[in-house]
Amino acid sequence: MCEALGRAVREVCGALDNDPTRMVDIVRGVQQKMGCVNEEAIDAIAHWTGAQRVEVASVVDFYSFFSREKQGKVVIRLCDDIIDRFSGFAAVREAFESELGITLGQTTPDGLITLDRTPCIGMCDQAPAALINDVPVTHLSTDKARRIVRELRTHGDPKKLVKRVGDGNNAHPLIHSMVENNVRLEGPVIFTPERRGEAITKALAMTPAEVIRAIKTSRLRGRGGAGFPVGMKWEFARAARGERKLIFCNADEGEPGTFKDRVILTERADRVFAGMTIAAYAVGAREGIMYLRGEYAYLLAFLEAVLERRRKDGLLGHNIMGRHGFDFDVRIQLGAGSYVCGEETSLLSSCEGRPGEPKTRPPFPVQKGYLGCPSVVNNVETLACVTKILEEGAASFAAYGTQASSGTKLLSISGDCMRPGIYEVPMGIALREVLDLCGADEPSAVQIGGPSGRMVVAPDDFDRTICFDDLATGGAVMVFGPERDLLDVVAAFMDFFVEESCGYCTPCRVGNVLLRERLEVIRQGRGEPSDLKYLEELGAMIKATSRCGLGQMSPNPITTTLKSFRSIYEARVSPGAHGFRRSFDLEEAVAQAERIAGHESVHRQEVTHE
Amino acid sequence: MSKPKVATCSLAGCFGCHMSLLDIDERILELVDLIEFHKTPLTDIKRFTARCAVGLVEGGCANEENVEVLRTFRRHCDVLISLGDCATMGGIPALRNFVPLEDCLREAYLAGPSVYNPGGDVPNDIELPLLLDKVRPCHEVVKIDYFLPGCPPSADTIWAALKALLSGEPVELPYQLIKYD
Amino acid sequence: MSEVILPTSEVIFTLDGVTVTAQSGQTVMEAAEAVGIYIPRLCHKEGLEPYGSCRVCTVTVNGRPASACTTPVADGIAVESESDQIRAWRRTVIEMLFVEGNHFCMFCEKSGNCELQALGYRMGIVAPRLPYLWPKRPVDASHPDVLIDHNRCILCARCVRTSRDVDGKQAFAFVGRGSRRHLAVNPGSRLCDTKLDVTDAAVDACPVGAILRKRRGFETPIGRRLYDHVPIGTGVEQPVELTIREGSPS
Repeated sequence: MCEALGRAVREVCGALDNDPTRMVDIVRGVQQKMGCVNEEAIDAIAHWTGAQRVEVASVVDFYSFFSREKQGKVVIRLCDDIIDRFSGFAAVREAFESELGITLGQTTPDGLITLDRTPCIGMCDQAPAALINDVPVTHLSTDKARRIVRELRTHGDPKKLVKRVGDGNNAHPLIHSMVENNVRLEGPVIFTPERRGEAITKALAMTPAEVIRAIKTSRLRGRGGAGFPVGMKWEFARAARGERKLIFCNADEGEPGTFKDRVILTERADRVFAGMTIAAYAVGAREGIMYLRGEYAYLLAFLEAVLERRRKDGLLGHNIMGRHGFDFDVRIQLGAGSYVCGEETSLLSSCEGRPGEPKTRPPFPVQKGYLGCPSVVNNVETLACVTKILEEGAASFAAYGTQASSGTKLLSISGDCMRPGIYEVPMGIALREVLDLCGADEPSAVQIGGPSGRMVVAPDDFDRTICFDDLATGGAVMVFGPERDLLDVVAAFMDFFVEESCGYCTPCRVGNVLLRERLEVIRQGRGEPSDLKYLEELGAMIKATSRCGLGQMSPNPITTTLKSFRSIYEARVSPGAHGFRRSFDLEEAVAQAERIAGHESVHRQEVTHE
Repeated sequence: MSKPKVATCSLAGCFGCHMSLLDIDERILELVDLIEFHKTPLTDIKRFTARCAVGLVEGGCANEENVEVLRTFRRHCDVLISLGDCATMGGIPALRNFVPLEDCLREAYLAGPSVYNPGGDVPNDIELPLLLDKVRPCHEVVKIDYFLPGCPPSADTIWAALKALLSGEPVELPYQLIKYD
Repeated sequence: MSEVILPTSEVIFTLDGVTVTAQSGQTVMEAAEAVGIYIPRLCHKEGLEPYGSCRVCTVTVNGRPASACTTPVADGIAVESESDQIRAWRRTVIEMLFVEGNHFCMFCEKSGNCELQALGYRMGIVAPRLPYLWPKRPVDASHPDVLIDHNRCILCARCVRTSRDVDGKQAFAFVGRGSRRHLAVNPGSRLCDTKLDVTDAAVDACPVGAILRKRRGFETPIGRRLYDHVPIGTGVEQPVELTIREGSPS
């Protein structure tokens, strides 16, 4: 074995106590040091951690940021979501390709730069964007792309690409990023100024049961999209049997079009960690893990510093705020490019050092989660809400919003509007009002909740409201103007689900490939009316039979547009004449043979005769 | 009233399904009382001159001629039946679907272990029908009304299906008659 | 830390309207089977930890879809298993597995004893309505006595679990994500690098013809194979008449 590799693996594994449950970090460390995790590295990792070889391999192959083939010292990952595509992705990609002399997926011959693509990196309000190693670059243009390549060729350091830093903590030396917060509307809950220690002090003045009761009284429901009542979740975890319990903060904000958690973590990280600490007190947990998506690795050093300061201030660690026996600390687990890890049981699998596959439910995480221990998984925004509830009381929180949907909601707005960015609005706000706020003058369609949400129609649906009973959402609002082909949007979303399915269960693994295939036939104008029924039935079947939320939501781009925008499908299908399948294209089917034979078919004309 | 006409053909198949049809033994007498064979290798009638009630298609589509014949059958038959595994799912010819066409031709005419081809020619007469990129089951090219799987479908299966069809009853095969091998 | 073992208690629920008495801790599938009702399945095999990946055993519990192999029984639940809707879902799952791989029954050694094929027969599938995907997949014949034909693998993980939990070897696992997910061997990259032995239970665990003993193909003549005359699951439905049970290849 190559000596450098052996040493690198030994160091990385050693730094993490050769602990196989830290496999994602170990593989990440080796990837960073060696530019790949090849067969030799896999063997070495297995050796040091005592894991099975194939267990290491399964982690390497599951996460898209890991690679068996050697990558460049600098990896450029172009954000390829629909907002970026509509903002000039193709031109930026071409500029990178021509300047680098390679195509997407390749590495320059000198081994310096790899060009790749990745799903949404949470920068839709400043698209087109890319990740260069861990550094986000935003507002890309063809000029900027060429300049970036030339600069990287001289110094090879992505950090030096940041000339002008963004607002707020984006300018903090530990972040030092060009990312902008674009907070357009500050509401009363999330963006409350820091009141250090107040919420925890108030929590400690109550019993854990009283804290849970306060959360129940506030009627707080999960902000990730599913909307499970938070107090109930905590109560289950508190009642669950087990010495070791854990609090997880789900900061794996992977739903395309969502970027609110990025801004919360940049500007109000303390409020999130305070929320975790309060949850720990209520549930009886001593350990916390924040699962931070790999795309937000540029926030890691800053967040670690926040944690460190909280430890110094007695807000984390032993005997928190002087309360004897109340110990709680948080570690940050970085993801590595996998959307499904935002699903709470997949997140737990990933934290255990395994591929991000969902776990079988029941048992639920609050009963048996991380390594079989009762685990609470709450979203970043949810935990920030908790802090507010403790500070000002359940009643004042519940005064915002509606009866069934209390509080405020952060929206991440992007697409065809004047003011994309973050809006904190009261739950129950009408969509029309949201569109006015962001300056969406002429929307023809709005995607609520990202690809797994739904597409709503202009203007029929604009009086609908953002809340758990109507348009429930994790916060993504993508606006599409009249010039957009909505089937492009649907196709991009289906590409996304095909790419992000973990492959565990049949309907999601196979079904999404089939949905995409038939959608493509329709987009090419070769569909038949019966294809619409096919898509509906297949979509319904995948939703019903898939094992986790990803699969249960994955047909939504198709099924929701088939309901609300049926005419765009109908316009592209027609019945096959004479019972011929329109999806079969003879010209295309013999193209290869014509090329090999060196002449065109002399029969093709006859085939359609009679 | 004239008897309903039945047409048959073999596309990318081995004629095994036709053999199985003949395997209905003495029931063939009953069959010819019920139907009249029109365009089929059994009668050597080459062209459709009348509308047929039933078309039995053996084999999948491997080349453009198969497509032409299949489409002709679709246009002239009220009911089209995929007869056997090749028509239903591509069958043995579809084994080439994982191999690029070029490699396939090289293996068949140049590099294969049993090839004797000193001239090194790959057949390329302009009259030869061109191969499709992949072998297609018939229902991916035209609408198919009924499927009789099996390699070949047993004589009993074919008989049961034809009899039901000709007497206007639903074609529902009992457990023992659905076989994929 | 030792879990307190609670005495099992009786649980009463309904299955397609029929009242069933079960033991707490049983899964819906186990409880159904105990009273002679078969719920179709592929990834589940008696004795193995439920996995819930194939989704063939999808039922509805109080109207919500769930996999019968992983769902524990609970007092008062209403389980539906044989509605037209659920049958249609199951049929589509089977069709998906057929088009996802390359299943050439006409020359497969497992034909007649294959559970995927048998479910196709049981459900009366004559041809999938889904398009074939024709993936390119390898065959691993490196082992002296056993081969893996990945063309036929349906990713049920029965070999994975059997090798790990019964044989104690971990010879198999999955790698790759989504449609790239595939069976891998451990350690090494070829089957001959593993500790797999021809007598391992993992070899028999495969419901299809993906893992086969070499030189043993076509031993049982057509007409005497497991599912030639009797649908899969029949032994459960009519426990008295039949002795053929799935998972016991001749």
